[in-house]
Amino acid sequence: MIEIKGLAKSYGEHQALRDVSLSIRPGEFVVVLGPSGAGKSTLLRCINRLIDPTAGNIVVDGTSLSSNRRDLRLLRRNVAMIFQQHNLVKRLSVLKNVLVGRMADLSPILSSLQLFPEADVRIAMHCLEQVAMSHKAKSRADALSGGEQQRVGIARALAQQPKFMLADEPVASLDPKTSRTVLTYLKKSCKESNIAVLCNLHQIDYALEFAERVVGLSAGQIVYDGPPSGVSGDVIRSIYPGLDDPNVLDAAQRLTERRRTAAEAVIAAAAVEERA
Amino acid sequence: MSLQFVVNKPRGPLGWWILAPILGLSAAVLWWSAQGTHLSITGFIDGLPWIADFISRMLPPNFAFMQKLVKPAVETVQIALWGTLLGIVLALPVCFFAARNLSPYAWVFHGLRQVLNVMRGINEIILALIFVAAVGLGPFAGVLAIALHGAGMLGKFFAEAIEEIDEGPLDALRAAGAGTLQRIVFGVLPQVLPTWIGVVLYRFETNIRVSTVLGMVGAGGIGFELISSMKLFAYEDTAACVIVILVLVLATDLVSSKLRAMIR
Repeated sequence: MIEIKGLAKSYGEHQALRDVSLSIRPGEFVVVLGPSGAGKSTLLRCINRLIDPTAGNIVVDGTSLSSNRRDLRLLRRNVAMIFQQHNLVKRLSVLKNVLVGRMADLSPILSSLQLFPEADVRIAMHCLEQVAMSHKAKSRADALSGGEQQRVGIARALAQQPKFMLADEPVASLDPKTSRTVLTYLKKSCKESNIAVLCNLHQIDYALEFAERVVGLSAGQIVYDGPPSGVSGDVIRSIYPGLDDPNVLDAAQRLTERRRTAAEAVIAAAAVEERA
Repeated sequence: MSLQFVVNKPRGPLGWWILAPILGLSAAVLWWSAQGTHLSITGFIDGLPWIADFISRMLPPNFAFMQKLVKPAVETVQIALWGTLLGIVLALPVCFFAARNLSPYAWVFHGLRQVLNVMRGINEIILALIFVAAVGLGPFAGVLAIALHGAGMLGKFFAEAIEEIDEGPLDALRAAGAGTLQRIVFGVLPQVLPTWIGVVLYRFETNIRVSTVLGMVGAGGIGFELISSMKLFAYEDTAACVIVILVLVLATDLVSSKLRAMIR
């Protein structure tokens, strides 16, 4: 469980986050929706301390975060991260990139000599299988396509065997078909291992399709926190102030309607079944 | 066909007139420097016959003398080899702290950069003179001179390569809980290695060229034969030295450019 209370971060005059409170339950798939500059990345990076927050408290699994180096490594072991630009080491093999996920547990000297325990190599290979990339284990990372690289990025995060996964715009630079594949792998593999995901997206349609819970962030503040079915036109307008594109609102409206009717149909079917 | 002059007018109130003081000042500085260096076309033309005379005395090169040059030529390569290697050994531990993005404190970065500047600022010949006084005449003084100057060069180039890496992978390593050594081995080295190898090969080329003249101050290598043949007015021998030096330099350039093409 991640509990965030009163989190704030400012860069000089600019307030990137103000008084954000949020809790993530084990195993749930939460999408943070918001425009560029709303503070989505800052929020994620405050959680694993790639950024130091200005104020507020973050408790991960009952332990409050300190900037103590040992505590920090322990925290980062449990909280994996996926990046928009994959952040793979391009000249290293796919397998070695995934082994980076094991680094916190490995001897610095042995791993620097390129010696890895067999058990850790097995974990890395298993994670590659989870995203259907094990056949490319020996390829160099820069030989892969963007979508494949991001799947390796997911495998690297899985290799940490984390409890939580922070995904910072994982599909922002991918085409729609690849985006869907990547998000599907992300959700499936995290469900398999009961990993809670906090995923930043700026695409409303993916948010509504994949999220179990949507957090709307606008100008550093949470303006919505609830199920995707509750994301109405008004909610979208509050997340994206000044968005007057009737097409987007229409599309969002239709998507939520469809989900709601689908959900109602499921409930109705269940009810029918129950009666029978 | 009509032509249009597509150049933005310089910004600022002066417009094109800004060029007037720049051109005027440049002309003045160049004229002043020409006076200082006794620049003279007639002087050069008057000297041409003497250059021709000098070259004619060098011809034909004394090819028999080359037998005696084999050992100094090999020594020249050996000086460059160890000079380069010791330069790398000195530069490696320093370069991570001399890179702005990895240096833990700003003063460490600035301090080390200044140290590297000083090492780089002193020419190898001057360093060789100092080391000849310290360890005596011979190639070892040359090795030390090249190593020290080279460490200043390599340290700076290594550090600049580190500053240009993509820091995304470093974020990823940090987020995965990797330690400092792991971040350097898996995040920094794979990104800088091709550049570093290129820099080292380039330094080796330069060091070969430098070690061909180190002998002039008694620090070993073929330069000693060159300067003594000239002092003895044995210009055919001098020509032989020049040819051997040219072959050495061209061969290194060729090998190193082939090697550099192989990485990437």
